[in-house]
Amino acid sequence: MIRFDELKVGDSLPERSHCPGNAYLFLYNAAIWNAHRIHYDLKYVTESEGYPGIVIDGPLQGDWLSQVVIEWMADEADMLSIKMTHRAAAYLGETLRAGGTISSIDPAQRDVTVDLHIRNEQEQVITPGQAVVRFRAA
Amino acid sequence: MAALLTPELMSCVGKSMPPVTEKVSRRDIRHYSIATDQQLEKYLRGDEAPPMFYQRFFEEIATLDRLQDDGHVDDPLVPELPLKRVMAGGCETVFHRPIRPGENLTATRTVVEMYERQGRTGPLIFVVIELKIAGEDGKPVVVERYTRIAR
Repeated sequence: MIRFDELKVGDSLPERSHCPGNAYLFLYNAAIWNAHRIHYDLKYVTESEGYPGIVIDGPLQGDWLSQVVIEWMADEADMLSIKMTHRAAAYLGETLRAGGTISSIDPAQRDVTVDLHIRNEQEQVITPGQAVVRFRAA
Repeated sequence: MAALLTPELMSCVGKSMPPVTEKVSRRDIRHYSIATDQQLEKYLRGDEAPPMFYQRFFEEIATLDRLQDDGHVDDPLVPELPLKRVMAGGCETVFHRPIRPGENLTATRTVVEMYERQGRTGPLIFVVIELKIAGEDGKPVVVERYTRIAR
């Protein structure tokens, strides 16, 4: 269990790797009712859209950012907000790492701001983000 | 750079779609939770929706004749843009409370901003859409500003 009083700016949240396969990506797009061909049609995505491979959905990476936070805070806090920017695409077969670092702490409100990132295998941050969580009263 | 966003296109800023109400089922939540590889039991069981579940929950279930060549469905809220390849730009979301199975949620989508920029590979059009989701009591549940990029 994490304790608000023990948190420090600069603390890292546990990182998690994601390497979705075709079936995983299919289920995600089915769950969100998304038929965009860049997520399953290799011939279309390479020949018509000029990408090197099947594109991993940006919002799926965004969900992984939220999971960094919720798995860390569990039921000790509530997420107040999250934001993210999809800077570069990622392709099926890549392993992406989702993680975060505490960037500020507001002891009065018990709010903690976490800087989030999705990194690709080249260590490039392709989706930076930020979340604010509020720890419940002790 | 020639302006891609004509006054006619810009006139959609401020436009809203009529509110849509949908009931959240445990099955919907479980589909989303499995398909995003959630780890917490409450999400996998469908007792509570993961935070980002709201994002595409109100995606229109359009008939097949409305699918475009790229597999997208035309969004009646946004007029046809001069740039065709669409990608997710990002989002800014405020959470008021978690979503639970069995509840009815009402969503309203509004175009709040539209602008163009020169990207590395050519011009880009940014469309910012606000999604406001309210509960049966009319109080906000989630409010998101979502950016869609056309290139």
